Amino acid sequence: MTEAAIRKLAAEVLGDIAPEAEPGTLSDDEDMREALDLDSMDFLNFVIGLHKGSGVDIPEADYPKLFTMKGVVSYFSRDSG
Amino acid sequence: MNKAATKDATLTLTYREACRQAIREALISDPRSFVMGEDVGLYGGCYAVTKGLLEEFGPSRIRDTPLSESAFVGAGIGAAMAGLRPIVEIMTCNFSLLALDQIVNNAASIPHMSGGQFAVPLVIRMATGAGRQLAAQHSHSLEGWYGHIPGIKVLAPGTVEDARHMLKPALADPNPVLIFEHIVLYNAEGELDPAVESVDISKAKIRRPGRDVSLITYGNSLPKALAAAEDLAQDGIEAEVVDLRVLRPLDNATIFESVSRTRRCVIVDEGWKSGSISAEIAARLAEEAFFELDAPIRRICSREVPVPYAAHMEEAALPQVPAIVEAARSLVRPQ
Amino acid sequence: MTDFLMPSLGADMETGTVVEWRVKPGSPVKKGDVIAVVETHKGAIEVECFEEGTVSELCVEEGEEVPVGALLARLNGPGEPAAQPEPGEKVQEQAPAPRKAPAAEPARAPRERAPEGEAAPEARVAVTPAARRRAAERGLDPATLKGTGIDGSVTLADVEAAAPSAFARPPAEAAEPAAPPRKAKRGFDPDQMRQAIAAAMSRSKREIPHYYLTSTMDLGRAVGWLEAFNRERAPDERLLPAVVLLKATALALGKVPQLNGFWENGAFRPGPGVHLGWAISLRGGGLVAPAIHNADKTSLPDLMAALRDLVGRARAGGLRSSELIDPTVTITSLGERGADSVIGVIYPPQVAIIGFGRIAERPWVVDGGIEKRPLVSVSLSGDHRASDGHTGGKLLAAIDDLLQQPEAL
Repeated sequence: MTEAAIRKLAAEVLGDIAPEAEPGTLSDDEDMREALDLDSMDFLNFVIGLHKGSGVDIPEADYPKLFTMKGVVSYFSRDSG
Repeated sequence: MNKAATKDATLTLTYREACRQAIREALISDPRSFVMGEDVGLYGGCYAVTKGLLEEFGPSRIRDTPLSESAFVGAGIGAAMAGLRPIVEIMTCNFSLLALDQIVNNAASIPHMSGGQFAVPLVIRMATGAGRQLAAQHSHSLEGWYGHIPGIKVLAPGTVEDARHMLKPALADPNPVLIFEHIVLYNAEGELDPAVESVDISKAKIRRPGRDVSLITYGNSLPKALAAAEDLAQDGIEAEVVDLRVLRPLDNATIFESVSRTRRCVIVDEGWKSGSISAEIAARLAEEAFFELDAPIRRICSREVPVPYAAHMEEAALPQVPAIVEAARSLVRPQ
Repeated sequence: MTDFLMPSLGADMETGTVVEWRVKPGSPVKKGDVIAVVETHKGAIEVECFEEGTVSELCVEEGEEVPVGALLARLNGPGEPAAQPEPGEKVQEQAPAPRKAPAAEPARAPRERAPEGEAAPEARVAVTPAARRRAAERGLDPATLKGTGIDGSVTLADVEAAAPSAFARPPAEAAEPAAPPRKAKRGFDPDQMRQAIAAAMSRSKREIPHYYLTSTMDLGRAVGWLEAFNRERAPDERLLPAVVLLKATALALGKVPQLNGFWENGAFRPGPGVHLGWAISLRGGGLVAPAIHNADKTSLPDLMAALRDLVGRARAGGLRSSELIDPTVTITSLGERGADSVIGVIYPPQVAIIGFGRIAERPWVVDGGIEKRPLVSVSLSGDHRASDGHTGGKLLAAIDDLLQQPEAL
């Protein structure tokens, strides 16, 4: 997936989970669970949204790679096919 | 993938060659198997699939039959019931109509009617489809019709990998299995991963993941759907392409999961629309995935006319890439 | 003829506002059907009918705020003749509702619907199935939205655009003005909710003599089992640790039923089932603990689905009255970034609340040596009128035992 497509997908999924959050306030290096107050259910829903939108499987062991937007972008660029 | 040694590198070969290698593998590994059909021996097969096999395996393994589908399909059924593993080739599905009684009333029904006393481990391969200007009587796509009959399995390999590897599990199945090879696909080239030694014949496969619309298809409509997905991607529409691979039993799970995600669906089926496999899929979606749909279901099928002979008219009658693109776009961007 | 009254949806609910009727006079209803959407300090709640019958009349207008216990609607029971108000019942001085009288009604109806000379007949708005369902979840009427789909149909995107996501907006656009539209339509008022929580918790501490027990439990087996389970499954089929804790607690309550129920009128009334209230914190502040019914009889994947569904509806609006009325006990967990332990305050009239702290790796003695194990601190706050520490201890021990055999949950 292109970086733009990854960011768009992540933004849409996060928008469903944290609809009241301000746009543009999440920096690439921030742990989004802290920044957006995501609990484990929210984070799992985020993973599910990414999985469904990209078709890429995401093993539990990889969850820490997705805690920041930077990590998300790099994870899906790596898996692009 | 290790490309260093030639042995481990992916092979590029035609769909036709893949079919031939599948038959060779069966003949080499199972002495009970043999091929029978019109022109399979001396002529090497109407579509050259069995070319060279008579020389390699001899006349008792590659048997030319008289021009009588009902007779040789019946003989194949009998051979299977007696414990052999025949690979019956019906030149094209158009001629299978002459063996319909054998296939439906005998092959599909004997295991049931005999209370399981007789298995019919028969494989029938047929060429199918249009696109070579063979005109009305020689251009049918009847695999959808066969999908209506309980007691048989219907496979539609759309890729070189499936053409190569579907035959083995089909032969291993104790029930009759029909394999439909599209005439236009015979020349198509594809890659074989040497690590793959068998395939599942119960599931559909997502050939291209996407988010906005599911293009559900099989056979020679698969490359058209993939091309349509490429076109749509240029426009920012991500189409998911689902290769059915098996028309009976249909892989409901994959179909429903895809459409539940994308919420829009275009079914591409070279058969005529009425009473087709596309109609069956649309009905199942309406039954099981109704609340997931965000747009009506669209079907791109052949025009409801006997397939024309003239090249430009045949092209107009069959499903083509622009129509698939247009249907998908109309669902994703209605305005 | 029965009266349908404004239900009490929580210990300190005093009034509610009917924001939407889902039925009209003549609608048939059965037990469990949603009759109306009522706005309370807990947000918009779908109020369910408890009986079978036909709606005879609606007594309150949409938008009207009424106290708990007020008459909302009247129902005719099944097979009941069009009844007069029972003697002794509070009589509303209103015109008798349209009866199911023979010829008169059908003759009237076509004339009423006849288009000649009347305003245009109700145009039917095309709404896609997915959009319709999402609109129902969000409490929107899809017919009021502009459709951008095929044939002008209202699509999922149209419903979602009605409550735009902050992230999806292009950064150049100005932010929404002060009052987010969502709050007025479907959300809850955080100030009101805060007041309600304050009232309930104060009452709890005033009236309930709490005792507290804590226990540290080894989740090594449970965590290992979960990892193996999740490894084989796609993300949407995976289980959260919370589900294991929920199930173990539900089953443990089956063994110690004195902690599953209510203190009412000076006595303990056991709950009709193990309906676990799961404390959900709402984004923007606020707390609600709706019930997962019969959690002891629900499989882990089904519990996960129920949890996901409840959390989604708690946050978006769309909880049902039975979910607020029915919890027989509450579980609270602050999750992985909260505290080591949480010692809760009981929600009256329940008699217990179980709290789970953070699951964290700590040193633990195993077979005489020290190993690191995932441990969790579990607390029980019990109503000392209904039970003693001994009983509470039995519950914690039962939970611990169940957590050591996760495959049996």
